[in-house]
Amino acid sequence: MWQALYDELRDLRFVVIAIALDKSADDARPWIEKAAPTYPVLIDTQHVVADLYNIVNVPTALWIDERGRIVRPNDVVFGTDTFKHITNLESARPLAAVRAWARGETSGFAASETRGLQTLPTALDQQARAEFGLAEWLARHGARDAAERHFVRAGELAPHDFTIRRGSMPIRGIDPMGPQFREMLQAWVGGGRPYYRPLPDTRG
Amino acid sequence: MFTIIEGGGERPVDARVEDGRVRLSADALREALGWELHDGTLCNDTMCVPLPAGSRLGEGGVFDLGEVAATLDRPLALDAEAGAAFVGVSAGERAQALGSLIAPDFTLSDLAGRPHMLSSYRGRKVFMVAWASW
Repeated sequence: MWQALYDELRDLRFVVIAIALDKSADDARPWIEKAAPTYPVLIDTQHVVADLYNIVNVPTALWIDERGRIVRPNDVVFGTDTFKHITNLESARPLAAVRAWARGETSGFAASETRGLQTLPTALDQQARAEFGLAEWLARHGARDAAERHFVRAGELAPHDFTIRRGSMPIRGIDPMGPQFREMLQAWVGGGRPYYRPLPDTRG
Repeated sequence: MFTIIEGGGERPVDARVEDGRVRLSADALREALGWELHDGTLCNDTMCVPLPAGSRLGEGGVFDLGEVAATLDRPLALDAEAGAAFVGVSAGERAQALGSLIAPDFTLSDLAGRPHMLSSYRGRKVFMVAWASW
């Protein structure tokens, strides 16, 4: 999905690192093999990165500068307009912003702006991640019923965290595109809450 | 045997489960989580945390895992029946790290099993994107 962007900008000391929040490498494999990316695509079955960066849905992108500093926090960025009819989010503007940053035409956000745009985890978010971590471990060790209890609890503690609520569905044998997902989405969006939370349209 | 999952690893420990509570010996606590009690203070290799006033943690050589987690401000997910617990990282610790704007480091593998460490990409601009097949 990001290959064209990477090809265009790689000579500018720019890299894409994609991280799959999937239950197994095999779940992500068909997508990766089809795209045959030359940038790293990493597999994060235990949601290590979701925990470190407070990521609650996909796709979520961040900019990290040459010194290892976050210069644009979690944002919703699509690489194509394939899902635009559903998401209402177009890819051109965010991708133009990435290009301008890679070329050095812009420098990302100042530290104070970045902090102002960050969403930091709450105690409930971290409790939910612990419940998810336990559930994921239990599922891997064949304790299906116990796993289900903790997946459910995790989703109740952090109902906005779709890496938990939707991301656990394949582990639990639920179709993540099926009726249970659609029901969950309708209940969420119907309550006036957005499924995707892009950053406000700032200069970036 | 009871399993404690923490910091990307897991460790079987000798624990007593009573009324949904998990009780560890001092040895089990040290082996599983690396903490020891010294004069009313829980210490590991790098830091010490004082017990709250009136705490009975460690009395009679018994450590309640829930109290240990609360003292250390760590989220604890526990399934006494299944015999496993997950000790997570507090919101405060995560918020402090993110607020520093230094991108938290991690190592994950690609499909071929090759490990990649985020910090090994220093010197380049990184567009990091989380996605999923779901």
